[in-house]
Amino acid sequence: MTNNDVPQGGFAEAGADLELVGISKRFPGFTAIEELDLTIPAGSFFALLGPSGCGKTTTLRLIAGLEEPTTGRIMIGGRDVTSTRAFQRPVNTVFQSYALFPHMSIIENVSFGLKRRGMKNAAPLAHEALRLVELDHVANRKPAQLSGGQQQRVALARAVVNRPALLLLDEPLGALDLKLRRQMQIELKDIQSEVGLTFLHVTHDQEEAMTMADTVAVMNKGRIEQMGNPQELYELPHTVFVANFLGQSNLFTGKVTSSGSDSIVVDVDGTKFEVPTDRAQRHRGLITVGVRPEKVTLHDSAPKQTAGRNVIGPGRVTDVSFSGVSTQYEITLPGHGALTVFSQNTSITSIHRDGDEVWLSWDVDHAFGLADDVETDPASRFPSDTDTSMIATQSRAKLKAELGKD
Amino acid sequence: MAFTAFSSSSTAAEPAVARRSPIALFLLLPGILYLILFFVTPLISLVITSLQEPDPLRFGTFTNAFQWENYVIVLETYGEQSLRSAGFAALATLFALLIGFPLGYFIGITLRPYPLLQGLALVLVIAPFFISFLLRTLAWKQIFSDEGFVAGVLSALAILPPGQAITGTAFSVIFGLTYNFIPFMTLPIYATLASLDLRLLEAGNDLYGSPAVTFRTVTLPLSAAGVMSGTLLTFIPAAGDYINASREFLGSTDTTMIGNVIETNFLVLQNFPAAAALSLVLMAAILILVSLYVKRSGTEELL
Repeated sequence: MTNNDVPQGGFAEAGADLELVGISKRFPGFTAIEELDLTIPAGSFFALLGPSGCGKTTTLRLIAGLEEPTTGRIMIGGRDVTSTRAFQRPVNTVFQSYALFPHMSIIENVSFGLKRRGMKNAAPLAHEALRLVELDHVANRKPAQLSGGQQQRVALARAVVNRPALLLLDEPLGALDLKLRRQMQIELKDIQSEVGLTFLHVTHDQEEAMTMADTVAVMNKGRIEQMGNPQELYELPHTVFVANFLGQSNLFTGKVTSSGSDSIVVDVDGTKFEVPTDRAQRHRGLITVGVRPEKVTLHDSAPKQTAGRNVIGPGRVTDVSFSGVSTQYEITLPGHGALTVFSQNTSITSIHRDGDEVWLSWDVDHAFGLADDVETDPASRFPSDTDTSMIATQSRAKLKAELGKD
Repeated sequence: MAFTAFSSSSTAAEPAVARRSPIALFLLLPGILYLILFFVTPLISLVITSLQEPDPLRFGTFTNAFQWENYVIVLETYGEQSLRSAGFAALATLFALLIGFPLGYFIGITLRPYPLLQGLALVLVIAPFFISFLLRTLAWKQIFSDEGFVAGVLSALAILPPGQAITGTAFSVIFGLTYNFIPFMTLPIYATLASLDLRLLEAGNDLYGSPAVTFRTVTLPLSAAGVMSGTLLTFIPAAGDYINASREFLGSTDTTMIGNVIETNFLVLQNFPAAAALSLVLMAAILILVSLYVKRSGTEELL
């Protein structure tokens, strides 16, 4: 039996673009996705990055048609597919749990989708896909006879073989060891650029997202916090969440004392930090500024105050961990807490030891200002009330507000 | 789980523990003794009885002999009843499957998000066992009786010809068999479907399989073990059943099954060799049918 809702006897010509318009998904008791708008251009490799429970897998399931959105529309290649069922969508998923059919052989698993679409040459295509993941020699085995990594590659072959307009990957490389993971990352990238499919990759691994994707969207609590190419995201995070989730950051909070057209000055407990105006999201009031650990230089003695450099110190080295290419220092600064510094191992710079007194400096152009609201809201200054009746009152007020909005 | 007992052969892929430990043998001893005492002994006695010949001196008693013609005689005499038993049991199994599978699917898959309802539904499936099998069958005789509501309605609608009873027909016997064995069909099917990974169905849908195709290619093969256990648990006892087909319950002389014949020969006619021969024929026939079925279903295909 074949499925007539998807193109018969042939593959999609190219990837299709995906558009999510005002998508939200509520489950009884919590909201998984809130008002999500997202456009993924055809042929791109898009990564949705976020911690577990941020709604990224739900987003994927909505696109695959395995869940229905509470509100909003889903368009694939310009066609509204919101009301169509999973088997009618030109989309394939590589499931996190692999979901290989245990009663079928590997080759039967891989050719399942092709047969449903009435492809005449299902077997040779399936073998080709298996060769791609280097598993053609196990074509006649059952999934249970394969290792976790092999099963994952079969799951990949089973989805890729259909050449869908949109391929959804749900943490597809999670079970692979580092070497195989690298290899699969490169292969995935090759397949993607060769066939021009649109890939939507969901992962919590920031390194994987950054190395593979053209565009990364960082998701938190059902919203996209920031989206852009990996380098842009890393160099100029907009929120505290992105600054900490994507790599590490040293963050300070202070009041803006002066703001010019080139830079703004923030007073953090008496130390003045300069941040380029165009790299700061907000220019007034209490803001959070930061710098990446590898952008910070260590000094044995107080460096001269020069224009274009932020200097802070003295502080004490509290932890040193040497990792070959670089050394990671933990520095405690009075009034500022602990800072992290990555120092490249060039063998010219001496290694600092535990307890050494050091000064830190970094280029003003490397600093960034974040958008998060650190305004002293009177209510949030007190620890939240954990009294049950209070929680009930609060959640009722919240629910009322939500119902009122609808 | 006990319900999937018949499918246990499918796990033969696992290497069996070859090492023999004296403790294991010791622990097996009570079971072996029990089997020798209550299975092997009666079986041998049955074989001996089936070959006995009438005592020429004392009427109604039998002496040991090697009268293998007994088998030919019973097969000639009761061929019709044997065929009817197989037919009735097969039909009852089919109907029980048609009712039991959707029921097992509903409890195991549809009700999976609601454990409380699932438990309640399972209790409802098992609840009839709290009342004696005989009483329940008698209750159906009452319901189907000539003066009963069902017969009245069917006569009024002219579906039931005048003078035709519902009880004592093939319909009522097959109905009774189906009714009595539905739980035996439902529970093993429920057990396999309850452990079915629903993500596989999602994968089927994702790979362009419509719900019907996914059911045929994924759900059905993966519940085959339960279907097989259920059909065996229904067919074997149904083929030898003598309650539903008996005249005191839902049957009549037109619906006599092999179980009734064995009962009559043992208890009424006291023709022990014939009864024993029939029992052994029934046993052999079921063994052959079951082994063919298991082989045909392919133990390997079950997983």
